[in-house]
Amino acid sequence: MEKFDFFNSPPVDQVGIEDRISRITARSIKKEAKIQGLLMTLNMIDLTTLEGADTDEKVKQLCFKAHHLHDELPGLPTTAAVCVYPNFVKLAVNELKGTGVKVASVATAFPSGQSSPEIKILDTKIAVDHGADEVDMVISRGKFHSGEFNFVFDEIAMIKEVCGKDVRLKVILETGEIGTLDKVRQASDIAMHAGADFIKTSTGKIKPAATLPVTLVMLEAIRDYYYKTGIRIGMKPAGGISNSKLALHYLLMVKEVLGGSWLTNEYFRFGASSLANDVLLQIMKQKSGIYQSNDYFSKV
Amino acid sequence: MKKEHQIDFSSDWSLAPALENTSHFKLKETYDLFINGKFVKPHSGSYFETINPSNEKVLAKVAEADEIDIDLAVKAARKAYQTDWSKLSGKERGKYIYRIARIIQERAREFAVVETLNGGKPIRESRDIDIPLAAAHFFYYAGWADKLEYAFPNRNPKSLGVAGQIIPWNFPLLMAAWKIAPALAAGNTVVIKSSETTPLTLYLLAEVIIEAGLPPGVVNIVSGAGVTGSHIVNHPDVDKIAFTGSTAVGKMIMKTIAGTQKKSTMELGGKAANIIFDDAALDQAVEGIVNGIFFNQGHVCCAGSRLYVQESVFNVVVQKLKDRMNSLTVGDPLDKNTDIGAINSRKQLDTISKYIEIGKSEGAEIYQPSCELPTSGFWCRPTIFTNVSQSNRISQEEIFGPVLAIQTFRTIDEVIEKANNTPYGLSAGVWTDKGSKIFNMTSQLRAGVVWANTFNKFDPASPFGGYKESGFGREGGLHGLEPYLKFD
Repeated sequence: MEKFDFFNSPPVDQVGIEDRISRITARSIKKEAKIQGLLMTLNMIDLTTLEGADTDEKVKQLCFKAHHLHDELPGLPTTAAVCVYPNFVKLAVNELKGTGVKVASVATAFPSGQSSPEIKILDTKIAVDHGADEVDMVISRGKFHSGEFNFVFDEIAMIKEVCGKDVRLKVILETGEIGTLDKVRQASDIAMHAGADFIKTSTGKIKPAATLPVTLVMLEAIRDYYYKTGIRIGMKPAGGISNSKLALHYLLMVKEVLGGSWLTNEYFRFGASSLANDVLLQIMKQKSGIYQSNDYFSKV
Repeated sequence: MKKEHQIDFSSDWSLAPALENTSHFKLKETYDLFINGKFVKPHSGSYFETINPSNEKVLAKVAEADEIDIDLAVKAARKAYQTDWSKLSGKERGKYIYRIARIIQERAREFAVVETLNGGKPIRESRDIDIPLAAAHFFYYAGWADKLEYAFPNRNPKSLGVAGQIIPWNFPLLMAAWKIAPALAAGNTVVIKSSETTPLTLYLLAEVIIEAGLPPGVVNIVSGAGVTGSHIVNHPDVDKIAFTGSTAVGKMIMKTIAGTQKKSTMELGGKAANIIFDDAALDQAVEGIVNGIFFNQGHVCCAGSRLYVQESVFNVVVQKLKDRMNSLTVGDPLDKNTDIGAINSRKQLDTISKYIEIGKSEGAEIYQPSCELPTSGFWCRPTIFTNVSQSNRISQEEIFGPVLAIQTFRTIDEVIEKANNTPYGLSAGVWTDKGSKIFNMTSQLRAGVVWANTFNKFDPASPFGGYKESGFGREGGLHGLEPYLKFD
């Protein structure tokens, strides 16, 4: 494979990115296309709980919700995965056995990433040993800002090695701390070349979390990587996507940048906790013609 | 040999049709000339049919003005100039122009739908660009009406009298706004002729003029083909000709008015160079290429129809451009998700098809996405040609359609020479991440407008106009007032 110079990622023009976004958000997604998009959205959600106050019971409830989104509506898909801290992986794996819902675990001293390599390896190893299907790691933003791109690269490669080829690695860039779109592009390139299976915008702990412009830049990086290698990298915007309309615009963006083959939960995910209920509300509205009260949809 | 990895744009998920609502208004069956504040039947009694180019259905019949009608219109304009408009203070004129702007905004949806029905352009463009910009032009020039002394200090600006204005079919209402707004602000009265294929929004504008309460005769609107235009140009009591259209017709007009006192501005054809350097943000540049050539189906005099790509990034730019073309939606202009609408007329489609054949026969390599086209109406797939050289006709002549000729270059000097190597000089685009390169280019490109890292962006405050055979005089901005004024 050709050598990549991380100091030399292609430039990104912010004004141009925003113009492109305004074209996408001006699209009108109605009727069957809307229903189909909403069902796709449900199936791409990583239902997430990442709180200091998480307990076994909370995680259990979340796991049940992942495959019983709204039983009043038959034929709904499950979410793609649940996303928890490593110490809940064993429990979640147990709860989700046979449902098809994957278990994703954050790792590497999430969310700050400020720890030693030994801890990060161990953190990841515990998640993997306990049966996580996917690991969501954070990059070392401090090192990235001080220009130590090789450190960032090596760390990702090291974690991928712990994951092995069966556990998929999502690399969180924490774009809200990265600053410019040029830097987002650079971080995306580093992550993909280092072995990421997915690149992900945010931990959800920092604002701004996922935005359409940041996601477009990352999708374009994924496309360039695909042009070069033929390898499909997944994309996961996380945090801040809480309504259906926005989610549909994300899907449309994926379709227009990467084509229909990326529109599965193998290559696209939403990291979200409250999005599912808004999608359910919209699906019920499309079926019945009226908006129902939020009280009809379970909170966890 | 390197393997190519293509993006597959086929998808089970496609957008449902999202047609703009048209039930909020009804077109009239016939539209009469608007002269002296009233709709009047044409002297000849002759009407022509105007169609929807996306399905060839007749929308309405429109009066065709002959020499006698034009004479009536000019007389009405002269009388209104003498008795009303030239007597009003700038502040009062400004109030009327503001009123026009506000009413256009209020009726924006109706204007947008009619512009799309009659012209074939996507509703996305008429709704988001044509109509808001037209209103913005009236707002902008309304503000200048009482500030002419400040705009041209110590030069004692005075109005000219009656302005004869001829506009093209590509942006009917917007071109009318570009012409009428500065003329009125400067204190002139107007006889304006719409094109023969897209007259309808001008007659909606006539309704706006009535509603705004302008004195009769200040704005007169007529329609017809080139002959009607020639009656305006030849009329002895017209003080100024403002023309937007082809270079060939512009030259004819200039010959006709040579030796008369008539002032003129000409906004003519173009063959803009859009230049992509290897250090540009390529994905955004590709978006700019698309906006440059496929905006309004390429029916844009400043369209970026000659693309110059630095050789080191040629392959990747073309690959990205092809992929982007595959995600464009071609179809019903009234659908909110349509990116590329219908070609404006059969005649224009024939011209475009002729050039596509010329391109092929000259050995250039054609690429068109495989999108389906509607069965009736006038349609052309977005088209790019590679393997093109400077001496190909498709890179020299204005096609006025969604057809792009792509060449490569190696150095700045080479691309400047190639970009300027055209009889036209209306616009150009430069794409690079390096600011100094942009300034170097803008000072050397012989074009009236140079866009940097964007393309086809318009603003009422920004002057627009050409070098060389793209015309003279400026529209927009402070510069746009000057051609409607005389000075001590």
